[in-house]
Amino acid sequence: MNTSMLLILALLLMAMAFTLGRKRSIAVAGGSQGIRNLNSLPGYYGTLSALWCGIPSILILVVWVLFDDYIIQQVIIQELPSSTQALSESELGLLLNTVSNMAINDTSTLSAEPYIIAAAERLNGLQHISQMALTVVFICVAMGLSLFSWMRVSPDLKARVKVENVFKIALLMCASIAVFTTAGIVFSVIFESIKFFQSVPFFDFIFGLQWSPQMAIREGQIGGSGAFGSVPLFAGTMLISAIAMIIAVPAGLMAAIYLSEYASPKVRTFVKPALEVLAGVPTVVYGFFAALTVAPYLRETGSMFGLSVSSESALAAGLVMGVMIIPFVSSLSDDVINAVPQSLRDGSFGLGATHSETIKQVIIPAALPGIVGGILLAVSRAIGETMIVVMAAGLAANLTANPMESVTTVTVQIVTLLVGDQEFNSPKTLSAFALGLMLFVITLILNSVALMVVKKYREQYE
Amino acid sequence: MKTKTNENDPQIAQDVSTLQTVGNVFSDNAKMSMRNVNVFYDDKQAIHDVSLDIGKNEVVAMIGPSGCGKSTFLRCMNRMNDTIDSCRIEGDFRLEKDDIYHPKQDVVALRARVGIVFQKPNPFPKSIYDNVAYGPKVHGLASSKTDLDEIVEVSLRKAGLWAEVKDRLTAPGTGLSGGQQQRLCIARTIAVGPEVILMDEPCSALDPIATAKIEELMAELSQNFTIAIVTHSMQQAARVSQRTAYFHMGKLIEVNDTKRVFTNPEHELTEAYITGRFG
Repeated sequence: MNTSMLLILALLLMAMAFTLGRKRSIAVAGGSQGIRNLNSLPGYYGTLSALWCGIPSILILVVWVLFDDYIIQQVIIQELPSSTQALSESELGLLLNTVSNMAINDTSTLSAEPYIIAAAERLNGLQHISQMALTVVFICVAMGLSLFSWMRVSPDLKARVKVENVFKIALLMCASIAVFTTAGIVFSVIFESIKFFQSVPFFDFIFGLQWSPQMAIREGQIGGSGAFGSVPLFAGTMLISAIAMIIAVPAGLMAAIYLSEYASPKVRTFVKPALEVLAGVPTVVYGFFAALTVAPYLRETGSMFGLSVSSESALAAGLVMGVMIIPFVSSLSDDVINAVPQSLRDGSFGLGATHSETIKQVIIPAALPGIVGGILLAVSRAIGETMIVVMAAGLAANLTANPMESVTTVTVQIVTLLVGDQEFNSPKTLSAFALGLMLFVITLILNSVALMVVKKYREQYE
Repeated sequence: MKTKTNENDPQIAQDVSTLQTVGNVFSDNAKMSMRNVNVFYDDKQAIHDVSLDIGKNEVVAMIGPSGCGKSTFLRCMNRMNDTIDSCRIEGDFRLEKDDIYHPKQDVVALRARVGIVFQKPNPFPKSIYDNVAYGPKVHGLASSKTDLDEIVEVSLRKAGLWAEVKDRLTAPGTGLSGGQQQRLCIARTIAVGPEVILMDEPCSALDPIATAKIEELMAELSQNFTIAIVTHSMQQAARVSQRTAYFHMGKLIEVNDTKRVFTNPEHELTEAYITGRFG
């Protein structure tokens, strides 16, 4: 039987185990009158039986499916003629590929070396045996454990506690997926970065002022010096993020104040979703808005005043990114402003302060830690933002503070380094991982600071 | 405390809409006078035709079961209910000769003259000094730092808090104990130099010792200020006030000298309440 058939079988067996376990518990209790004597409700005994039946057998199935290919491959390699044992890893892989292709197709119609045909037949045989053995083991385990749990059903068995524990563990595993994924990403990035730092010194990367990742592939080739100083990239990122925050913080904060303090419920129900729509616009749309609408407009306006604005200016990317972040800042600030107790407003009004005095002197200071936390989260969003800058910012790594010039960002460079055909072990591609690691560390620090600030703020009123 | 009256008691279950206020609502030397006040929250009427004078340098206590409208009435006296959209107020409110609800009346100036202290201490999350200095700054009462320092010190002294906090004026006001916080709020109100102080159950969140301190304080404050206090504690009303007003289901039932109200109430509802038959 194949794997999906076995899974269906597992479900059937579990349903059966559930029914039997449930019936058994009622029988043990002495009919429906005796259910009170049971430790748990009959359904729990049924569930426990079903879990005993399903979980171990499905685990065996998963492990088997994961490893049987590998084991069969090893057996085949062992049995290949001694001449092939000396082949390099990639050549051996090629050979195994031929074998498995032969095995899938009809072996007799193709002409090949006899040892390959023999290996292909052997492969088919082994796979068949493996599948048969799996089916037998699977059914034995499922039935055996069902029987085991069926026999264990007694009024004293704490079925409810056990079932609850199983569900608790299942929930825990779901929760840990995110944690493990983060750890996996971090480690993969770290390992690639270490490889990169073996060819480029760490401090050259951190403090270097020159970024030009083109490397000469063959000797004597012109066109790349291979300078990996990340300072221009981070400077560009900071410049664009700073422009974005200059737009987003005042606009978002004022919007939040208006919405939470002045807007009538009618206006609020209309404006708040409208702001949130802004958050829902895909960043790629912002990207071509920046590249096709804002950047040319800025260039023309600039030329009217005799300024030369680059068509891929930091200003265009930063402005559009700022607009993108407005809803982020406003909704976070709105939440913290609403969390300021009404009693503080009453206290200020009661002293004869006006509405704006109350906002400036009581509400904003009280909400400030939360607002700062929100802004930090927005900053880390701006730093990590990719699509807008890929489309609207340039590729030239200029080290400048002039927003009208073209700059590039860390994310843009990561994209260009990894897009297209690349040799994967060159410092050029590996540098993308080092940049990613740096970016990750920076946003991680920003996020943890933001969370700490927000947490501290919460303790003030609760 | 129960909010409903005892329906089985024929005396209390009677229709209150026809009740007239007994006692004497007028004062010879009125600081504030309210006439024929009706207050509505949307369509629900919270105050029915209440008239009341508050004499100069007098302490008037407002008592009554929960939901009887005494807090609503108090909050109308410095227009704190303006911030509630559904609240509609009819009637005549006067602070001496000035019409409180006159369209040209500046609510900021009004609240500088009629301060309010709330049920729960609500110091701003600022330093003790800044809490007290907030009002004078908003109203521009101090021309220099020395002026401001003096106002803060005098206000804290009047609120009986100076000795406890003079060494830590820069510490956050929220770090004080509940009773100290409430006295800080009183100091904050005094600092603006009001003529009338409204107190909305100022001791209900405090322990008996802090309560005793604030009651003592009220006696001193009444030499300089006119005070209207809402309280759930009849003992407190008896201790601090000269006149007591009894509210019941949005009506003012009885106003009399405090002594009279608690020893020989004129109205049967007042008697029922102070003897603990309901409320």
